[in-house]
Order: sequence, then C-alpha cells, then structure tokens
Amino acid sequence: MLRYFLKRLALFIPIIILVSFIVYGLMSLSGDPAQTIAGDDMTEEQIEMLREKMGLNAPFLIRYGRYIIKAMQGDFGEGLYGKNVWNEYISRLPYTIVLAVVSMILMVLLSVPLGIIAALKRNTWIDAIVSAIAVIGLSIPGFWLGIMLILWFALGYRLVPTGGATTWSSIILPALTAAAPNAALVCRTTRSTLLDALSADYLRTARAKGVDESTVVLRHALGNALIPIITIVGSQFSILIGGTVVVETVFSWPGVGNLIVTAVRGNDYNMVTGCVVLTTVLVALILLGVDMMYALVDPRIKAQYSRR
Amino acid sequence: MRYNKKSTASLKSTNVALQYRKQSRANMLWRQFKKNKGAVSGLVLIVVIILIAVASNFIWDYDTQITGMNSLERLLSPSLSHPFGTDHMGRDVLARVCYGARYSLLIGFSAVSISMIFGAIIGSIAGYYGGRVESIIMRIVELFLMIPAILLVIIFVSVFGTSLLNLIIGLGASTIPHFARNARASVMTVRGSEFVEAAKAVGASDLRIIFDHVLPNAFSPILVQATTRIASCIIDAAAFSFLGLGVPAPLPEWGAMLADARQFLRDHPNLTVAPGVAIMLTVFAVNLIGDGLRDALDPKLKK
Repeated sequence: MLRYFLKRLALFIPIIILVSFIVYGLMSLSGDPAQTIAGDDMTEEQIEMLREKMGLNAPFLIRYGRYIIKAMQGDFGEGLYGKNVWNEYISRLPYTIVLAVVSMILMVLLSVPLGIIAALKRNTWIDAIVSAIAVIGLSIPGFWLGIMLILWFALGYRLVPTGGATTWSSIILPALTAAAPNAALVCRTTRSTLLDALSADYLRTARAKGVDESTVVLRHALGNALIPIITIVGSQFSILIGGTVVVETVFSWPGVGNLIVTAVRGNDYNMVTGCVVLTTVLVALILLGVDMMYALVDPRIKAQYSRR
Repeated sequence: MRYNKKSTASLKSTNVALQYRKQSRANMLWRQFKKNKGAVSGLVLIVVIILIAVASNFIWDYDTQITGMNSLERLLSPSLSHPFGTDHMGRDVLARVCYGARYSLLIGFSAVSISMIFGAIIGSIAGYYGGRVESIIMRIVELFLMIPAILLVIIFVSVFGTSLLNLIIGLGASTIPHFARNARASVMTVRGSEFVEAAKAVGASDLRIIFDHVLPNAFSPILVQATTRIASCIIDAAAFSFLGLGVPAPLPEWGAMLADARQFLRDHPNLTVAPGVAIMLTVFAVNLIGDGLRDALDPKLKK
C-alpha cells in the first residue's frame, strides 16, 4: 500500500513540471510581453532594454527553466499591475476552496440519494421524474441558473446578497449554482452504477443466504457501486475548481476564477500563466488524492500492491 | 436430421441475410433510435431550432434589427409587437434570440467536429499500433488531460484573442485529449478482431485498416461522446461569451445577450429570460438525442 502511494507521489513532481511546461509554452505564444507592458509610449530602445531586463531575449527553454525554478520557490513573478502572482493567488484561493467544498457537499447530498432512489424504483414514475430532473439539470447553463437565483432569492425575496462574500449566506447561491449541473451528472452515474451492481450475481447469493434487503442494497450493492461514484465525484471536484470561473464571475465571488477572468480581460499574461499553472497543480493534487482514496476503497488495487 | 434441416433453412435464408446485410448500420441505428420517444422529440426540437435559425435570416434585417441601434425603443417591456421586450439598444429580443440560434449551433457542431476528428485520429493511431507509439501518445494525452478543459480554452482565448473563430478552435482543441482517450479505448476492443486480422492477411495498408475496418466498428462510443459534448460545448460557448471571452458584443450570441441583460437585472429582469431558455432548450434537445443514441447503440444499458 505504502509503495503505491510513494510511487504515485514520486511520479507527481515530473508530471507537474511537464504540465507547467505545456501551459508556459502555450502562453508564450501570445507574443512579446515587453510590448504589452510598454504600450505605445515607449521608444524601440526602451522596449529593448525592458526585454533585456525581463530576460525575454534568452531562448525559450532557458526562460522556462528560470520560470520553473523560481516557481518552485513560490515566486511566479508579478502581474501587469505590479501585483505578486503568488500572493494574489493564495489570498483568493480560500474563497474558491470554500465554494468548491460547499457546492461539492450540496452536490453529493442532492444527487446520490436521488440516484439511489431512481435505481431502486427503476422504471417507475419516480425514476422517470428523477431522470427528467437530471436531464434538465444537465441542460441548464450554470451562469443563467445563477442569474435566475439572484433574481428570485436576492432581488425578489431579498433573502441573500446578490454577490460578493460579505456574510455567510452569500455562499448559498454560488454553491447551489455550481452544484446543479454536476449533481445531475453524479445522479445519473449513481443510478446506472447501482443498477449494474444490483443485477450482479453476488447480490443473488447474498439474498439467497437470507441477508435482509436493506443490508443487500446498502452494503453489498452500494459498496460496489461506490468506486465509480467516487471517481466521478472526484473528477467533478476538479472540474468544480476549474469551473468556478463562471460562477465566481456571476456572483462577484472573490476567488481564483474571478482573478483569472480579470487577468485574461486585462491581457495580464504572467498572471494568467501563474494562475493556470497553480490551478492545474491543485486539480492534479485533488485527483491524486482521489486515486489514493480508491486504493483504500478498492480491494483490487490493494491486492496488486500487497503481493510482495 | 435436425442439423440438415437447419442448414437448408440457413441456405434458403441466405437471400434474406444478404438483404439484412445491405441494410446499413445507420438504418439499424435509426430503427432503434425511433423507439425512444425522448430522443425523437429532441431531434424534432433541434430541427425546429435549425429552421428558426435559417428563417430568421429572411425575417429580420441584420444591420438594423439585429446589431443596429434604435434609441426610441430602448428597454421596452414585453408587448404584442415585442413579445420579449427590447434591449438597451432598442432591438427586439425575440429577433435577436432567434437569430442567435445559429451561433450556438455553429459553435457546438464545429467545435465538436474538431475534437472528434483529431481525437479519433490520435486515439485510433495509439490504439491500433499499440506498443511504444501508444505509450508516447497516451502520456502526452494524459498530460493535457491534467489541465482542466476550461483553463485550456482560457489559455487559448487569452493568447489568440476573442473572436467567434478562436472560441470554436479553443473549445474544439480543449477536448481533443478526451476524445483521443475514448477513441483509443474503443479501438483497442476492435484491434484484435478477426476481420482486422483478415484485412491484414489480405495485405491492406494500416491506414486503410484503421479507416475502413477499425474506426467504423469502434465509432459508437465516440459518437455518443460527441453528442454529449455538443450539449456541454453550447453551454461553455455561452458561458465564455457571457464572460466577455467569446463571441464579441454586437453579435446576438445568447451568452453575450445575457451579459448585456445582466446590467439591467434590477429594472428589466425580463431580458434575461429568453436567451437563457433558448440555451436550455437547445442543450436539452441535444442531450435527449445523446441519450437516445447511447441507448440505441448500447442496448445493454436499456434494461
């Protein structure tokens, strides 16, 4: 078991370096940052000096090397408007994490029970209604749902603020908005994997042994359906982190997504690069965690590594 | 005796069998698809939306009514002549919503075509050749998969600027790795088949085997993935336009319309309804079709 974890961790660092290489490489296609900073009111010599100062005349690989070595020490340079990328990112990160965690909890609470009910009552009207809700949930654009929620609950009933992160209740609408489409997906996955598990032979065996129905469903079926559900919840969590971009903008939530959108609008390439690299690392870390959780849940992986 | 009976029966039915073989895969798929009421209504809905998109070309004048400015009719409430009211530039919201259908459809279909074509090619090369080719391709694919797709689009848009074309290419390119992964898995199930062996034995070239024998037989999962992706792609496209990183402002793209409408949320909330419902209906229709395709292609799931 430990060997599995160590192996994954050892692979993680080179993977992160390669991924950041891709991001850095793509972002450097954007052209000359010195030109962007200089604008129109600098002479050609001044721009050339700036380029020299920023180390832009070095070959690409050298520039990337410098970037990644500094980045490992937590120095991602400065944005266009003089803000330190790392500090800015770290100050925004808690908001995004809180939003992602709350909407993840909401998502699981909304979707898994519904999926289980739909699977148990399959081909009844309950199943039909749950499936319909799920398809509609998949079809609603998150940002529009956000606007509608603002209309009803913030402007209409005045129950919660329209945006920002001022009181604890400000999180309700963004979390719900971020949760809805993912909940629909998880609900469908829960239903279909549970259906697969319910038709398995070992369930017949369990029933034949006289195990009572609730234990059959909860322990035997759900236990086996859990792995695909964890996979999808885990991948949804990483999508949440990346996808809060839209929700954060709708609700002016001061998180990382908001920071990225502002940076892209302002052509702040260094800020965008730093944010994307850091977010990718974060998502990769989460996926790594999910994989490790698997190993704990899935006896097959455990068996693979405990042989020796 | 029994064996004989059977074999003559099969001889007699050769003609029937030939007829069946002539029936194309698409035909069989269509027959399965037709049985699914939801999927058929989704298809009808999409056809209606396409017709609206085409018809709006002849009903409204692009320069004056869709992108123009009419200062006398700004922000009117819904009425008989303007069923959804008018926006901050005095343009009829109904006209713009109908006209905007083309952008969502265009972006959805063309972006997914990009991801599907490149993804299928990359994935089938990896899946077909196996060995070192496969591991190199798949390691690269996995690296790209680690960057959330939405961030890849953001990188693309911030590097190349915001325009309709860039949004299409960005959305398309960002999910190539997802399609490649799926295509590879699907091709691998076909790779060892007897008909592939047979084609090899006859001396068919690798390219021919991939395109004539492997891909057609491995295509169902890719097709289902493509349909589902069209749905999420339409939402993503609208979201990017909403953020101001997609289709630029005067064009009546639904997400861009919502971004405009949001500024008047307090006093004119009606402006936000029509474009949102339009996105939802379109995506809903595509999702229904996707579900129908999945059921038709994989009868096992239907039970």
